[in-house]
Amino acid sequence: MAKRIDVSDLNVYYGSFKAVEGVSMTVEPRSVTAFIGPSGCGKSTFLRTLNRMHEVIPGGRVEGKVMLDDQDLYAASMDPVTVRRTVGMVFQRPNPFPTMSIYDNVAAGLRLNGVKNKKTLDGIVESSLKGANLWNEVKDRLNKPGAGLSGGQQQRLCIARAIAVQPQVLLMDEPCSALDPISTLAIEDLINELKNDYTIVIVTHNMQQAARVSDRTAFFNLKATGEPGRLVEVDDTTRIFNNPSQQATEDYISGRFG
Amino acid sequence: MSTVTGVSAADELPGPDGGTPLRGDRASTGRLGDRLFGGFATFSGVLVIAIVTLIAVFLVVQAIPALTNNSENFFTSRVWAPGGEKPAFGVLEFLWTTVAASTIAMLIAVPVGVAVALFLTQYAPVWMRRPAAGLVDLLAAVPSIVYGLWGLIVFFPVWKPVQQWVEDKLGWFPLFGTAGITGGTIAFIGVVLAIMVLPIVTALSREVFDQTPATHKEGALALGATQWEMIRTAVLPFGKPGVISAAMLALGRALGETIAVTFLVSALPDGAKWTWSLFNGGETFASKIANNASEFSNPSKTGAYIAAGLVLFVLTFVVNSIARIVIERRKAFSE
Ligand SMILES: Nc1ncnc2c1ncn2[C@@H]1O[C@H](COP(=O)(O)OP(=O)(O)OP(=O)(O)O)[C@@H](O)[C@H]1O
Ligand SMILES: [Mg+2]
Repeated sequence: MAKRIDVSDLNVYYGSFKAVEGVSMTVEPRSVTAFIGPSGCGKSTFLRTLNRMHEVIPGGRVEGKVMLDDQDLYAASMDPVTVRRTVGMVFQRPNPFPTMSIYDNVAAGLRLNGVKNKKTLDGIVESSLKGANLWNEVKDRLNKPGAGLSGGQQQRLCIARAIAVQPQVLLMDEPCSALDPISTLAIEDLINELKNDYTIVIVTHNMQQAARVSDRTAFFNLKATGEPGRLVEVDDTTRIFNNPSQQATEDYISGRFG
Repeated sequence: MSTVTGVSAADELPGPDGGTPLRGDRASTGRLGDRLFGGFATFSGVLVIAIVTLIAVFLVVQAIPALTNNSENFFTSRVWAPGGEKPAFGVLEFLWTTVAASTIAMLIAVPVGVAVALFLTQYAPVWMRRPAAGLVDLLAAVPSIVYGLWGLIVFFPVWKPVQQWVEDKLGWFPLFGTAGITGGTIAFIGVVLAIMVLPIVTALSREVFDQTPATHKEGALALGATQWEMIRTAVLPFGKPGVISAAMLALGRALGETIAVTFLVSALPDGAKWTWSLFNGGETFASKIANNASEFSNPSKTGAYIAAGLVLFVLTFVVNSIARIVIERRKAFSE
């Protein structure tokens, strides 16, 4: 299921503003890669180019190449809708569809794919909620609105919604930044389990979290305000946190910066 | 405008922080400012309710003598002869014309208005959205007499052949039967009303669609929704209470519209044969009352017209209540 992501020489623009410059990196299948770096350095921007969600923003465009195994995400024949069905995304603030029940939230992506069979839907909704460690908490109120859950539960609901369509890759943009420590731990445990099946990329401002959940860590930085963000280095997480090859990384990790 | 129906889009939108709007304030203290303001607000509220109640009571009191003297069934008769020794009057014709014309107006205005609003918020190029929205708001403010004039002078000649064509092709169907009316028909009035309320539906729907949180839209798009699927999963459900409110406001205007309709209707002669045809003439409640304001010469006659007005009032009230119930039922899911 999981696929490798291969990015070469990617520039991202908002209109004429170049937000990210010259990123090349590889993300291995069935691994967790964390993006860290100071605010505004383009982590979210870059992450969104991995499923073409940046195109939703007026003026958002890229130069360069992103390969998902042997598929070019930016090939002229590639439909962004197909890309997003393969590369799922979880956002910083939990965003379950407020007018839908818990069940319908999880089933939403499947229904978009044309799955109508009640049995199939029931089965996938259950397995997705179990996969997101939410089943036991909601199995008795599947028809209640998703917006009635706690923040942490809502975020797990969003994860269940994302994995219900069985994507190859799961992108998470600061998925725990709106959550309390207990819910955060629950999601980190979940990420650990999910990496058996998915390629996961997570943006985080929490160094301990990056150290806990990720196999590889990518450090992004800005040369100066107004300059585009760049990838400083990407390496095994233990190396980044113990013995990074760049001074800027060391400074950032040890808190001497940003 | 919202006083017409008491339902406004703002009632149904989440508060600024996305939460429930505050209901009842426990924090208010016994301070002078709070007491003054609280007292003033309570007084105003009670005053408004009292005035509305008094008006209703006054109308009912005025209508009762006429109704008790009525020798026809008020709801099922088509006769309208409220004067004289033996007053005889019923509202069936007005009820039918009003409801039929307003239904036609809604059937056209709501889908088209929602479609235009979706186009303006989701599909139109960004540079065009603001000016177009301004234009729609402007149209919503055009006085109805202008629509009446336009309908009579510009639209009627265009409409006539269309109606003729439908009569020729579909005349076997009771709703489209020939009724031999040369002036404005129920269908024509319905279409003019549709054009008149279209900007209202569009303007209000546009506003709610525009407020769909970006996070909902992105949530749908990130699942691999197409633009239209995103609209169906995020924009329409979010906008639904607002669209219902907009439709009710529009329906309120269509039901009660006086000037434009009075201008365009063809009154039926006494004893005209009953037909289901939408190409028949007929008065609406509002146009009947407006056309005959000069007849309010004695209490019995006046009472008959007031009774007709009361039916219109109740009709609007019922429609609004149904809308309220529909919105309330979905409330748990809309916050
Ligand atoms: N919608 C947008 N339109 C224009 N510029 C944008 C937009 N979103 C982000 N930017 C700009 O792109 C740059 C990178 O922003 P981005 O949100 O990717 O940073 P980030 O690393 O995710 O920051 P944070 O850690 O605060 O989330 C910033 O200079 C930002 O101002
Ligand atoms: Mg960000």
